[in-house]
Amino acid sequence: MNQDDFLTKNIAGLTSALESVILNEELAHTRGLLQSLDPRVKLFTFVLLIFIVGLARNIWILGIILAFVSGLEFSTKIPPGFFIKRVLLFLPFTAIIALPALFITPGDPLMQIASRVIITTQGAHTAGFLLLRVMDSISLGMLLILTTPWNVILLSLRWFRLPAILIDILGMTYRYIFLFLHAANAMFLARRSRSLGTFSGSENRRWLTRMLGSTMAKSQHLSEEVYLAMLSRGYQGEIYSINRLQLHNRDYLWLGSIITMTVILIWSTYR
Amino acid sequence: MTDFSSEIVFEARDLCYDYAGNIPALQQINFSIYSGELVALIGANGSGKSTLLKLMDGLVFPNSGEISAFGQILSEKTFQDRKFVKSFRQQVGLVFQDPDVQLFSSNVWDEVTFGPLQLEIPSEEVVSRGQQVLELLGISHLKDRPPYLLSGGEKKKVSLASILSMQPKVLLLDEPTNGLDPRSQGNLIDFLLQWSSHGNCLIFSTQDLDMVEEIATRVIVLGKEHQIEADGQPEKFLLDPDFLLRTNLIHEHSHRHKTLIHRHPHAHEHEHQS
Repeated sequence: MNQDDFLTKNIAGLTSALESVILNEELAHTRGLLQSLDPRVKLFTFVLLIFIVGLARNIWILGIILAFVSGLEFSTKIPPGFFIKRVLLFLPFTAIIALPALFITPGDPLMQIASRVIITTQGAHTAGFLLLRVMDSISLGMLLILTTPWNVILLSLRWFRLPAILIDILGMTYRYIFLFLHAANAMFLARRSRSLGTFSGSENRRWLTRMLGSTMAKSQHLSEEVYLAMLSRGYQGEIYSINRLQLHNRDYLWLGSIITMTVILIWSTYR
Repeated sequence: MTDFSSEIVFEARDLCYDYAGNIPALQQINFSIYSGELVALIGANGSGKSTLLKLMDGLVFPNSGEISAFGQILSEKTFQDRKFVKSFRQQVGLVFQDPDVQLFSSNVWDEVTFGPLQLEIPSEEVVSRGQQVLELLGISHLKDRPPYLLSGGEKKKVSLASILSMQPKVLLLDEPTNGLDPRSQGNLIDFLLQWSSHGNCLIFSTQDLDMVEEIATRVIVLGKEHQIEADGQPEKFLLDPDFLLRTNLIHEHSHRHKTLIHRHPHAHEHEHQS
């Protein structure tokens, strides 16, 4: 890889990561059905739906959930292309895992590729089932993340009795990863502004190692300073917070609908 | 319970602080700061201003000598007493130079309520204080915003709000106007003057001589040797270009119009004749 490729790709990658965080935040604040729900209710019902996806034994249940998620997606005002692109990003990995099932599952022949390679109906069903299950779970997760600001997800985790220290560490990690993305982006831009000609791969690797080392040292210094800033404001080992979330009628309505849907789907699976 | 009615707020006696045991940050520092004083800590880069503010806030402790607040020595031992920590933190607030250090919560509201909640102030009071400071600094609209989506000026305001919600009697500010545009600097100076008019004590480190002139009633100058070079009324130093030049606070191309130091940048091959 030449010098310009190396810098350009890294700068583009870091910038796109920063832009994506900002865009996600904007989407989460758009006026839509899911955005208006209480995050605790949303988190609970989405986890419930993912649980149902995991329990489903019939492919049509997964189809219903996928149709439901697609309908929800339209109500959130998230551009469909943006959403689909993110969901499809994970599918190739699942496809690699599902692929052998097409050929090794015994059953009725569906398609013959070569003289001895046969795809069975049961194999296609198993692979399709796996793909659909993953697609449902990712779509639900993606919809939750895109319609809820990260800090609000953390706020609702507190309500589910997760240890406060764990939630605060998660929040601080996310907050400072963003800061270091900025710092790394600035370092790449600074190098590009001072570079002429090309550098070899080994030179680029050496520079990258030095940059990682310096970022590591900065992060250590920052963590010490952040700890002092916490002490300065009265932190003595325990973090206290106040719950400012409120349930509305639409939350109860949503909760009731999802629970009813869940009961029907479970009943139809195990009857 | 510590008695905070004493007139002396901070007192340093032969205070020394080293980094990593052998890099001097502060040497033989002696001063007394009284309630109601507006003290500017000035000095060149690396003279120890930020370290001194951290010592005053009980975040680091001297290698030798001592520093006390409200008559109580600040040491690792005194900060093991939770009662003392609570009283001290209620009275003294430090705004860090880098707002990214101070804004560690996931949104502005959590940031502003963090301090009062750790001091175990009742929730209703915390909410009321949070709303008050956000309104006071004109940042109510940022309430739900995460820190990484704030501009530099907004971050500074949120940092200040997060300390003001603790309602301290002593405010320590590390380079408060650093990175602010001129209008925001002016607003901050107005706000600090108003805040200190209620008898509160303000101690700030800065290299902004305009801010010193507008706010400070006393100046402590830290020199290159990490010692107090001078301590007194601002007029005494701000009108002495030789002193300011010697302590790296102005450039040799600067001069003064009435009480205001003014700079005409130019270039030449030879040094100025003294």
